[in-house]
Amino acid sequence: MTIYNLYIFDRDGQMLYYGEWTRKKQSGMSREEEAKLMYGMIFSIKSFVTKMSPVDLREGYLTYCTNKYRLHLFETPSRIKFVLNTDVGAQGIKELLHQIYTQVYVEYVSFNPMCPLNKPIESELFAAKLDEVVRQSPAYASRPA
Amino acid sequence: MTIFSLYILSKSGGLIYQHDHNLPTIENEKTFSFPLELKLDVQNRNVMVSFGQRDGIKVGHMLVAINGMKVTGQQLDDGRDALQVLQDEANYPINLKFARPRLTTNEKIFQASMFYPLYALACQLSPEPRSSGIEVLEADNFRMNCFQTLTGVKFMVISDPKQSGVDALLHRVYELYADFALKNPFYSLEMPIRCELFDEHLKTALEQAERPGFSNV
Repeated sequence: MTIYNLYIFDRDGQMLYYGEWTRKKQSGMSREEEAKLMYGMIFSIKSFVTKMSPVDLREGYLTYCTNKYRLHLFETPSRIKFVLNTDVGAQGIKELLHQIYTQVYVEYVSFNPMCPLNKPIESELFAAKLDEVVRQSPAYASRPA
Repeated sequence: MTIFSLYILSKSGGLIYQHDHNLPTIENEKTFSFPLELKLDVQNRNVMVSFGQRDGIKVGHMLVAINGMKVTGQQLDDGRDALQVLQDEANYPINLKFARPRLTTNEKIFQASMFYPLYALACQLSPEPRSSGIEVLEADNFRMNCFQTLTGVKFMVISDPKQSGVDALLHRVYELYADFALKNPFYSLEMPIRCELFDEHLKTALEQAERPGFSNV
């Protein structure tokens, strides 16, 4: 069980934050390029899912998995998107993402007068708290690389 | 336990077979009084709800009937324009029926070819080396399983998230594809599959998979 990395996007597709824990392979491009590609992918997946869904969707959470990793997408009502990559077997990530939003993002970014809301997050307190929450979650158990 | 539909994509990403097995119909009927609370718009020549979802009528639903009379596109069966009928206060109270629109064949082909780049992007953005593309895509109320064969043909099954044995079903469909499409002398590769025997066996396989207690074929 492990957590690889986390992207936070605002509603315009700008990357607000990137956090990395046990990622093993870089995509071979700059962080900005990768963020654009990732946002493009989740945007298309969302439109694909809305179209393909045979029933009405409840919005907010979707996940896909390949043979190596699982991607979780959590979208808040204000269209902030949290994208978390974990290994295939990770459990309870929906709750973890919800916790990151309510207990870390809202507390240390939304309530922080020094943090502009539509700019990349530079607060060190946010980064520290996020790291703490991720490392404490049961889905994170550090594995020697 | 339900299997909604099945898609087969050729190795170049085109849709070569599609079957809707058990698609639910989502329809809602309600009587409205004069200032209509829903905001309706014309999209793709259909009257769609664009704002104000309520009582099961969601944004993106399509107007299908007014006072029990069918609406095709923007027109009622007696030739009147649906939007004009809705604007006239004399017609109220009015009974409207909305339904979730089905994908048209064109949209299905379009969506199927959309999946190909998503599959490739998922490999590229992987945090682990040597990842495959998307195998299972899960939303709140449906699941899509995808199986890619060694030759690059993709089989996709859209089902209820609680449906079990989808992997076995995908392998079974692959077998049927090999037996009844590929071995058919009249079938040419990469072309849409039109084989009666394939249709029949596929239907049986889907029905078997839906039955509870199904483990492997």
